[in-house]
Formats: sequence, structure tokens, C-alpha cells
Amino acid sequence: MMEWLEPIQKMLGPAWLPIWTLLKIVVIVLPLMGAVAYLTLAERKVIGWMQIRIGPNRVGYFGLLQPLADGLKLLMKEIIVPSGANKFLFIIAPILTLMPALAVWAVVPFNAELVVANVNAGLLYVLAMASLGVYGVIIAGWASNSKYAFLGSLRSAAQIVSYEIAMGFALVTVLMAAQSLNLGDIVRGQQGTHGLLNWYFIPLFPMFVVYFISGVAETNRAPFDVAEGESEIVAGFHVEYSGMAFALFFLGEYANMILVSFLTSIMFLGGWLSPLPFLPDGILWMFIKVAFVLFLFLWFRATFPRYRYDQLMRLGWKVFIPVSLIWVVVVGVWMQTSYWLW
Amino acid sequence: MEKIKEFFRTFLLVELLKGMALTGRYMFARKITVQFPDEKTPQGYRFRGLHAQRRYPNGEERCIGCKLCEAVCPALAIKIEVAEREDGTRRTTQYDIDLTKCIFCGFCEESCPVDAIVETRIFEYHGENRGDLYYTKPMLLAVGEKHEAQIAKDRASDAKYR
Repeated sequence: MMEWLEPIQKMLGPAWLPIWTLLKIVVIVLPLMGAVAYLTLAERKVIGWMQIRIGPNRVGYFGLLQPLADGLKLLMKEIIVPSGANKFLFIIAPILTLMPALAVWAVVPFNAELVVANVNAGLLYVLAMASLGVYGVIIAGWASNSKYAFLGSLRSAAQIVSYEIAMGFALVTVLMAAQSLNLGDIVRGQQGTHGLLNWYFIPLFPMFVVYFISGVAETNRAPFDVAEGESEIVAGFHVEYSGMAFALFFLGEYANMILVSFLTSIMFLGGWLSPLPFLPDGILWMFIKVAFVLFLFLWFRATFPRYRYDQLMRLGWKVFIPVSLIWVVVVGVWMQTSYWLW
Repeated sequence: MEKIKEFFRTFLLVELLKGMALTGRYMFARKITVQFPDEKTPQGYRFRGLHAQRRYPNGEERCIGCKLCEAVCPALAIKIEVAEREDGTRRTTQYDIDLTKCIFCGFCEESCPVDAIVETRIFEYHGENRGDLYYTKPMLLAVGEKHEAQIAKDRASDAKYR
């Protein structure tokens, strides 16, 4: 499909590969940053509506320039490094949060052809990268040399460790159903003649719920935002951050939200497949599903109060892990019978 | 039995879904935001905002320096100095209100025997320097002169309840 690029490829010779890869990265990262910016606007709007307010509407028509104004403001602000902080780690922590959040996008398929790296063990890569993000948070909390930041990072570490397990088990069921670790193949495994009835969220419904809730917990979003917990520990791990360093955490969090939404769509909601058999598949369906899942994130935040810390741990260890373990067995047995239709 | 029911209620996230249904409904409800500089909420004639000192129609200032307001002020925001004027009447030489102390309780207005100190409907004032919210007598009189029509009207509407 890329025949028209061949003359350029010949002209550049060995320089072609890095340039082409760089281009692909830019093509993914720039729209992602835009999506993050407008996700913040969408969040403020949706939460505003749910609280019978109207949300931002002063900067630009319908508040559409608000994210740009916010970004500009953060860019102009000074980055303050506390005198007691470990300077090197303090600076590197936000980078460590954002980078894995961006790196995961390498294997995310947007439609049947559109993927930067079609890795066979894509899901494994996703899991590995997604868990790396927590290091940024832990390092940020430790390097700040502030008690609130430290408490926040400890909470975040414990939380992510607990929910990662349930998340992993939820993904195991998807692997069993799809018989593949490749994200593209997982979507293709949901292809069928019945549209949305072929998607994995039907046989794996409990896992769909477990995965999504764990995803909300993994991204430190309400009602699992104990790592930030404004009302308890000020802002948690990023109390001491300002300006662009803070913005990087923000970008990382929202990029992770979008990522979890993409993964949920890919693994349970049929990725780019159309929900009705007579409509064509396409990237548009992907975006619709992702937007819906993102809306759920915002909806949760507008609805639920924050979990108490012990409740959070109880939910992770005593509910999600047993439920997901049982469902792994159930799916295993189910797949051996003739009632497995997926 | 009740326990089993309770278990399923929690496990199937019934309450959480109910909560989401509620917020979902409110998302489409009519919004109650008042977009402040463009729209304003209605104000009552008893609104207690910025203070003002009034004058009689003949231009004489009302305040007789009785210091009742200073005595009644719970926040100790009023400072008054009194002296005899050439014509033998008692007048204030200094009448200051520190608006950063004031709690806008309206006691000064209530205690005033001559309706000299009043609280107006103005609430959109500000100070850009430390001392800007320390209102002295000329400033209070200026506010009174500027808004006398509105002040008199509000007092008249309230008079029948006094």
C-alpha cells in the first residue's frame, strides 16, 4: 500500500529506516498529545454537566481553546526544585512516567494495517510497559523529599501491584479466547458474522468489568485516586512539582487513560470491527469505542467518592483476584465444551 | 438470606450503577450556572455590601459621632475620632472602616440613630494594594454620594418592616 514511497526510500538509502520510524512516532504522538489536551476539556465539561454546571466556556467558543491556554500557562511557569529534593531523580521522574505511557502505543493497532510495530507478543509488551509507569510515580514521591509525596507514592505502588495481578488474569482469559498475544490477532479473533455478539465482552463479561476497573485503578483515576487524594494528602506524589514537570505527569496520566480505553476496546469491544454485521469495519469504530470508554472514566469520576485505602486493597485482593482466577478456570472448561461460540 | 441478597447487591455493583444513572440523568438537566459578568443573580434591598456614609439632602453629613457603630462592631473594624466643629456640633474627624476586618453583619447600620452609615448593594469592589480596602471618611462619603439614589430607595422599601 506504500508503493508511492519507494522512490523516496531509494533516495535516502540507509537513512530511510530511522526517518520513517521517526515519522511514524510523530504521527502517533502528536495526535495523542492533542487528544490528551482535549480530553482534559472533555473531562471538565462532562463533570460540569453532571454537576449541573456548564464547564469552561470563556476561552474560545465552547471553551475550545481552554486546553491551549492551560498548556501555555504551564509552559510559562517556573519549575521549582525543592532544596531538599534529589535533583536528578526529581527531574527524571516525570519523564519516566510519560515515556512508558507513550512507548506502549508502538503495538496498539488502529485498524487492520495501521500499527507501528506488529509484535507477536504485543500484549506482553503492553503489560510490561504499563507497569513501568509506576516507577515514575514512586521516584517522584521519593525524590521530592516531602511526606505527602512519599505517602502518595507508597499508596500508588501498593495499589498498582495489587491491581496488576487482577488485570493480568483478566488478560489471560482474553489470550485463551483469542489464542494469541498479538493485539491485531485478538481483534481478528472477534471477527464474525454476528457483529457485536462476537466480541469478547460477552463471554468474558466479568473479566471485562474487572479489567476496566483495574484499568481505572492503574491510571490512578477516581474513585481510585488515592495516590493523589487531594483531600487527604494534598496532591500525593506530585505535590512538589510545578510548571511543565507537573504537566508531564498530567500528560502521562491522560495518555494512560486513553491507552486503557484503547486496550479495552481492542480486547473486549472488538477494536475496529463494526458492531452491526452489515456496516463496514474501520478505524472510526475504534475511535467511537475509545470515546465511549473514556466517557466512562469521566462518568466514574463525576459519580463516585474516593475509595478508602483499605477498601481499595480489599477490592483488589479479596474480590478481583479470586473472581478473575475463577473465571480463568470457567473459560478454560467452557472452551472445551461445544457451547463455546467465540 | 438478607446477607446473600446484600452480597449480590454489592457484587453486581447495583448501587454504583444507580449512582451512575443519577449523574447520567443530571448530565442532561438544565444547568444552573449564572455566568457572572454577563448575568447576575437578583439582589434583595437588604443586601449588605460595601459601606457608605450618607448626607442629608441639604448636604450636611448625617454622622453625629455617637460611636454606637464602633461599639457594636463585632470585628472591631471601625475607628472613630470625634471633635467639636466651629458651629458647636459634634462631628467625626476620622471615620475609618477596615473592610478586610469587616464581616458585613450590618450591625453598624442597625445601630445608627441617624442612618448615617449604611451598607450598599455594591459587592464588586477590590483593592490592588495593601491599604486599598481601608476606607476612610472621605471615601465612604464619596460612595454615599455616588449611590445615594439607590441607597435611599432601598431604605424606603425596608422602612415598613422597621
